[in-house]
Amino acid sequence: MTPTLQAFLIVSTALFSIGLLAALSRRHAIFILIGIEMMLAAANLNFIAFWRFGPHHQPPIGVMIALFSIAIAAAEAAVGLAMVIAVYRHYRTTNVDQLDQLRG
Amino acid sequence: MNSGAFILIAIFTLAAALAAATLRKLMHAALSFALAFVGLASSFFLLGAEFVGLALVFVYIGAVAVLIVFTILLTRRDVEKDRGFNWGGVPIAVAVFGGLTWSILKTQSIAIVAPRMPALTVKQIGAALMTSYVWPLQCVGLLLTAALIGALILVIEEKR
Repeated sequence: MTPTLQAFLIVSTALFSIGLLAALSRRHAIFILIGIEMMLAAANLNFIAFWRFGPHHQPPIGVMIALFSIAIAAAEAAVGLAMVIAVYRHYRTTNVDQLDQLRG
Repeated sequence: MNSGAFILIAIFTLAAALAAATLRKLMHAALSFALAFVGLASSFFLLGAEFVGLALVFVYIGAVAVLIVFTILLTRRDVEKDRGFNWGGVPIAVAVFGGLTWSILKTQSIAIVAPRMPALTVKQIGAALMTSYVWPLQCVGLLLTAALIGALILVIEEKR
C-alpha cells in the first residue's frame, strides 16, 4: 500500500495548523515568525504533492512555484527578523503584548 | 513510494514542528524548527522533488534557522524564557485542522495513488528556469535584493 494524495494533504494541514497555533498563541515575536514560516512550508508541501499526483507537465509547474515560494519565504524571514531587532532596539522588548503604543 | 517511510517522516516532521511551536526555551524551539524542516525536506525527496528538497535544506536550515538563532542571541536580555501562552489560539488551530481534514477526507477525487512519472532532472528544472520562467526568476532576484537591502537599512545604527 502506498500513501495517497489525501495522506500528504493531511500532513500539510497538520503542519499548517501547528504554524497557526505558534503564530496565534505565542507572545514572542520570533515565535510568530517561526509559525508563519511553517505555514508557508505547508503550502509548499501542497504544491509538490499536487504536482506529483497530477498529470505530467513539461515544464514542472508545481516544482517551479515551490522554488519561487521558498525564495520569497527567505526574503520574508530576513525582513521579519530585521524588524524584530529594530523593535527590540526601540522598546527593549520582543513581547508583542507590550507593543501597544498604537492601541486606541 | 513506501508507506512505512511516509509514516515515519510524517511523525518526525509533526513532532518537531509541535516542539518548535510549544517549547518554552527559545533556543530549543529554534533547533526543533530546523529538525522540522529536515523532515519536510525528506518528504519532498519521497515525492520525487529532490532539487526542491535540497533548496529547502539550504535555505531554511542553512540561512533562516541560523538567522533566527542570531536574532535570539542579539535580543537575549529579553528572551531567557517566553512568558505566557495564549490558550485562545488552540481552539482556532484545532478547528482549522478539523475543518480542513474533514473536507480532504470527504473529497473522493483526491484519494489517488501517485502515477508513474519520469524522474525530474536538474537539467529540466534549469532549462525551464532559463526559458519559460526567466522573467519570474529576474523578478525574484530583484525582490531578494530589495528585501535584503531593506533589512539592512532597518537594523542600521542611527547616528545621533
